[in-house]
Amino acid sequence: MPVPDSIPRAITVHNVVKQFGRFAALRGVTAEFDAGRFHAILGDNGAGKTTLLRALAGLAQPTQGSITIFGKTPHEACRDLGYMAHPSLLYDEMSGMENLRYFAGLYGIAGHAENEDARCEEVIRAVGLDPALTRAVGQYSQGMRQRMSLARAILHDPRIVLLDEPFSNVDVNSAREMVGLLKGMRDVGKTIFVVTHQAALLEGAADEFVWMQAGQIVDRTSSVARPGLQ
Amino acid sequence: MTLWSITLATLKKDIRLEWRSKDALNSMLFFSLLVVVIFMFSFDPLAEESRHIVGGLVWVGFLFAAVMALNQTWARELRNQVLDAYRVSPAPANALFLAKALGNFIFVGVLEALMTPLFVIFYNLRVLGPAWQLIPVAILGTWALVVNGTFFAAISLRTRSREIMLPLLLFPISIPAVVAMVASTTAILTGEDSAHFYIVLLLTYDVVFTTACLALFEKILHAE
Repeated sequence: MPVPDSIPRAITVHNVVKQFGRFAALRGVTAEFDAGRFHAILGDNGAGKTTLLRALAGLAQPTQGSITIFGKTPHEACRDLGYMAHPSLLYDEMSGMENLRYFAGLYGIAGHAENEDARCEEVIRAVGLDPALTRAVGQYSQGMRQRMSLARAILHDPRIVLLDEPFSNVDVNSAREMVGLLKGMRDVGKTIFVVTHQAALLEGAADEFVWMQAGQIVDRTSSVARPGLQ
Repeated sequence: MTLWSITLATLKKDIRLEWRSKDALNSMLFFSLLVVVIFMFSFDPLAEESRHIVGGLVWVGFLFAAVMALNQTWARELRNQVLDAYRVSPAPANALFLAKALGNFIFVGVLEALMTPLFVIFYNLRVLGPAWQLIPVAILGTWALVVNGTFFAAISLRTRSREIMLPLLLFPISIPAVVAMVASTTAILTGEDSAHFYIVLLLTYDVVFTTACLALFEKILHAE
């Protein structure tokens, strides 16, 4: 279905190939993604979902092709990107607040210690955790760690949020709460990308399901059911 | 958000992590203690002989011990792939490098401060030359070890056997600095020569390698 011209493009991917030695994880991916929409990226293991997300985040340099994010390279657009990987990207020995304070400093958030703390507390509450928790992140449950990882990814209020398997090892209720939070972010204009194997969780929440297979985008649907496939 | 504010924040974070885990300091301390004791029993030198050999023993001991701290520095960033969080942020790469190098300088400096009295006691040392010159030698020598060590530890991060790779890369390139450290320390301890030339050599080495590391680190950080 053609997208009206009024919706701005968030991301343009043009003929992106990513080789790891002789193995091609992405094979000529070309796609455009609109701003303010919730995109779910689905596919079997090894389909290239995580590699695509890492390329969008600027962590994997394409062997060939180009990626533009609001007209800039991923590196130039890093302030617009929030990235949550499968590992937590957090220091196990520090508490949630200590972790977020450090990352807030990297993004130059607020610049004033009190404002910085207020923003850290705000995102920790937004993901359903308690900012007063003094326990080190290494002692969190897997679900709490995932939530704190999400808090780190959205700390600097990015326009695009890239999430790799955010619901893995998270109980169903917590996963639904996270989906609700992501929907809310989409509703205020953020562009969301979620790589997941739990597509059913995103039914009714995601605007588009992007299907990947063998390093290519093979289908884009508005529902989790792919027409013509069982 | 400036280079120095991020350097300081990263340095504080590293010191906090080391304070909580004590991974680097404990391993360095035990290793250095073993070096002192083993060499003492192996050589059992007189005071006069000590002045000629202890410069080499001290610096080689500190070099080997520093490798342990250097490996730990980046190992922390690999757990949970935290380094990726830095790579996707707008923070300058050199802030991370400077923080890591300064952190290692502090850790190795603490080690030297704790181990030097033991060397003095065990080897019955008395300085015959200008003792104050040991301070610039220690500062410049330690920086020479950690600046290259931090850089090569980052290079060896993505290799499978990085604990082996680091000394293989670091030791050959450290030879001019180690020679200058040992020669200047021996000159000061014995009072027979001037250490001036070696101190200038160390300073030049530090300036050249710090500049080179800062110029190249961004490529290393974003390499896959």
